This record gives sequence, C-alpha cells and structure tokens, in this order.
Amino acid sequence: MPFIDFFNFQPKNELEKGGRQSAPIAQDDNEPAKTCPNCHRQIPLSQLWGNDHCCTNCDYHFRMNSRQRVSFMTDSGSFTELYAGLCADDFLRFPGYPKKLETTRNASRETEAVICGTAKIDGRECCLFVMEPYFMMGSMGVAVGEKITRIFEYAAENSLPVVGCTVSGGARMQEGMLSLMQMAKVSGAVKRHSDAGLLYITLITDPTTGGVTASFAMEGDIILAEPGATIGFAGARVIEQTTRKKLPQGFQTSEFLLSHGFVDAIVPRAQQRKTIGSLLKLHSGGAENG
Amino acid sequence: MAENTAYDRVKAARANNRPTGKDYINALVDNFLELHGDRRFGDDPAIVGGVGWLGGVAVTVIAIEKGRGAKDRLTRNFGAPNPEGYRKALRLMKQAEKFRRPVVCFVDTSGAYCGIEAEERGQGQAIAENLMEMMTLRTPIISVLVGEGGSGGALALAVADEVWMLENSIYSVISPEGCASILWKDSGKAADAAQSLKLTAQDALDMGIIERVLPEKEMGKEGFYSVLRAELCAKIEELEILPLPELTEMRYRRFRALGAQQLAGE
Ligand SMILES: [Zn+2]
Repeated sequence: MPFIDFFNFQPKNELEKGGRQSAPIAQDDNEPAKTCPNCHRQIPLSQLWGNDHCCTNCDYHFRMNSRQRVSFMTDSGSFTELYAGLCADDFLRFPGYPKKLETTRNASRETEAVICGTAKIDGRECCLFVMEPYFMMGSMGVAVGEKITRIFEYAAENSLPVVGCTVSGGARMQEGMLSLMQMAKVSGAVKRHSDAGLLYITLITDPTTGGVTASFAMEGDIILAEPGATIGFAGARVIEQTTRKKLPQGFQTSEFLLSHGFVDAIVPRAQQRKTIGSLLKLHSGGAENG
Repeated sequence: MAENTAYDRVKAARANNRPTGKDYINALVDNFLELHGDRRFGDDPAIVGGVGWLGGVAVTVIAIEKGRGAKDRLTRNFGAPNPEGYRKALRLMKQAEKFRRPVVCFVDTSGAYCGIEAEERGQGQAIAENLMEMMTLRTPIISVLVGEGGSGGALALAVADEVWMLENSIYSVISPEGCASILWKDSGKAADAAQSLKLTAQDALDMGIIERVLPEKEMGKEGFYSVLRAELCAKIEELEILPLPELTEMRYRRFRALGAQQLAGE
C-alpha cells in the first residue's frame, strides 16, 4: 500500500484540467482497466480493487458504490442492513421520474440512494448510513430522509454512535418540497441524537453538495473528508453564473474546506477505518484499553 | 376569471411592488429596534432582525429583506442571505429563547446566496446549524412566507411550530428556471417546471408542509396587517401556554411526519 502524502496530495479538480502525462503501468493486455482521471494511467481493475479503489500511481480516490464502501469500512460480516426495502414512488407525477427511477434501480441494483444498518468498525459497534453515488448521485428524496432519520432514532434508542458517509447532489427535485423538508426532518433527528450525548461522525465523499451539505453532512461532531472531494452548498457553475467571477483554484475541495475551518481532517481511504475506529473508541467512555 | 397557473404565482411572488420583509416589520411591530450582526464576521443586510412589540407581546422578529429600489436592492443583495445572515438570525433566536420571547420570521428569498465568499464562510454549515438549533429552540416560532421561499435558504428560517404562506407566495426545492434547464435544457420552460414542482401555497397546504394559506386581499393595506397581527397574536398565545417539552416535541413530530405518507416498500 503506498504511503499517502497528506500535504502534497493534489485535489483532482485542478489536475483534471491539464493532467500529468505518464507511461502506462505494465499490465496484462487482456485485463480490464480504468483510466485514472487524475494521472491518466490505465489501472488494471484487480490492482484498483486491491487498493481500496484508489489509483496505484497517484492515489486518486475513485468513486465507490455504497456496498463496496460498507464492506471496505466495516468488520467482515458485521453489517446488518435496516429499512432495506423503503422507497417512494412518483407521488408528484413528475415528468420523466418513473423512467429515471426504473433505469437507476436497474443500473445500481439499489432501491434507494442510501443504505443504513448496524455494523462494527475496528471492533466498535455503531449505526451506519452510506449514500449511493450510482443512484441519481445520492439524491435525497423522502425515502432517503426517512431512512437516515430512522437510523438516528435507532441509534439514540440504543445509545449508539452514528457514522455517516455522504455523497449527494442535494435534494431530489422530482419529489418537490417534501424532499426539501427531509433536510429539517433529518436535522431534528441528528439534534436529538446529539442532545443524548452521542457521537456522530460524518465522512464526506465526492461530491457532496446542496441540501445534504446544508444539513446532515455538516452536522457531525467530527467531520472527516476524503482527499480531493468536491464539497459545497451551491454548484460551481451556478456560482460562476451568479458572480461572473473566476473561481479560485481548488475551490470547494476537501482541502479548501479544511483550510476554511469546515472540516476536521482529511482522511485518505487507507486510513479511514483505523481513524474512525479509534474515534469510536475514544468516545466509548471506557478506559484506553477497554 | 381563469385560475392562476403555478407560474403566475411565481411571477406574483417575485413582483417588485410586493411588500418586503421590512414592510411587515414596520406595519406589525411597535417600537422595533433592529439588532445587527452575527458577532462572528459581520452584518448581513439581507436579513433584518430585532425586538419589538406585536400587539401586547414582546417578540423577536427576523425578516429577509429584498430591498426597495435599485440601490437598496443591491445593498440587500436582492434578499439572498450570506452565512452571517443565518448566523445573525440564530443569535437572535437564541436570545429570544433566553428571554422567553416568541420568534416570528418573514421569509422572502430566491435562495441563500451562491457566491465565492458565501462558500468560504460555510453557507451549508450555517443553514445546517439553523435547522438543528431551531428544531429544539425552547420558545414558539412562527414563520410566514410572504414572497419567494427558495429552497434551503428559506427553510433555514422556517423550522417553526407553524408555517404560513401568503396565497401567491411560493415554496420550492429549486427555482422553476433551474429545474427546467436541468430537465429540458431549456430555462424557457419554467412555467411547465413550476407546475410540476407543486410549489404553490395550496400545494404546500395539501402536503402538510404548511398550516395556513393567507389571502392577499388588501395586501399591504392596514386591514391586511391588522388581520395578520391578530392571527399571529392568537397563535402565539396558543403556543405559549404549552409546556416547553411538549412544544418542541410537537415541532419534531410536525417535520417527522413529512414524507411518511409517500413511502412504500416496507
Ligand atoms: Zn492516478
């Protein structure tokens, strides 16, 4: 596993424009590979998967689906999914939504844009929610809001910490105002969990924007972020159109939020499990070796 | 007369001659004293807050102000608040909680400001904090949407015990223009998008998102304001007699229920 240099890690937004040129990694021509959007090398899938979906050359963090993230982050066999079938239909009769739901459900093999459950991370029990980038980019509708609300209520009842991995384009416009209301609903559940003295850790992944940034992504006691993730309230293009200004380099990256005081730490994937596990231990109220 | 389409209401909600936040404060609140600043960064002119008397009740009032006339509108950033505006609002709400004053909010914004500095100062975090803190604020909160209710920027002042909307105000997860350009790559289809988004006061009432639709007859006139003042005072009186744990429990349940009817697959 390559050593990750925290300080010299290049956020992908800057590199995507030009990109470094380098020779391809030696590989079996028959093996399928992915092109790294950062260093443009061809990375064989087996190498990518063996490296937590990070580029073996430059450590660019490839997107992970929610199931991959759960198995990567939690102790083997410890995850029990809750509220799995919960979903919502096209209750507003919104143009194109039924088709979009069908396509995204078939492609992602998920019913909704978040999975919730209980798990152990480095031996510590917790509640977990992981948003799904391949389901309408983690868009938050009523089912997403309900599932996350329930997992916070479950955690409060059972005195458990919550670990939440966010990835989202924001509230789901196809569900109208009720999707916006989920921001308040989830925030209420986070507040109750917090008032009970319980820990909530957020791990913000690429991209987390809009209504999720303006609610539970930013409500953690401890806010962690993956390197190079896009994190913001408004979309970069909207800001450019509104202000007619050129956006500064590295704007709305994890590193930008860290330097402006809105993220506690940037944690590369290789260290996430250990970092979160030790935070859970630190907040478990026992002795150091307990 | 033909029924107003959703987009007619969008246009009415945005109309320049509509009373703005400060008009409501001036007309409804006696001896209003504006209190400035978030004590952290600055003072956001897009949000006006302070204390005064509503009928015989001491209240904290917070209003989003779009401004009147070109110069004032520019100063007010067209009613698009920055993070320090939301933080000022929260500071005043916490002050209201301490002194057991009810909070009344007047909401009218196309949305929280989408700017470079707003992102640098944590627009998302500022809104998120308001949502969390308002949910358990130990004093009654009533929010009235008087014009545009633009997404999270409006919700950040509308986590309340009751939310009311004027009949031509709108409340939407995204602007109809933004929605149309995503859906059909054509912002000109905003009228169709407005219809699909179900953003009118009546739609919000039907979905349980608000408690009341307020008629706009005589809007901006003395009769209109005196009815609104009386309704606010009556509701405050009703909420003030509730024990605080019951009040915050009811507020939690109010939002907790939203979306429940639309769920499937359990
Ligand atoms: Zn690479």
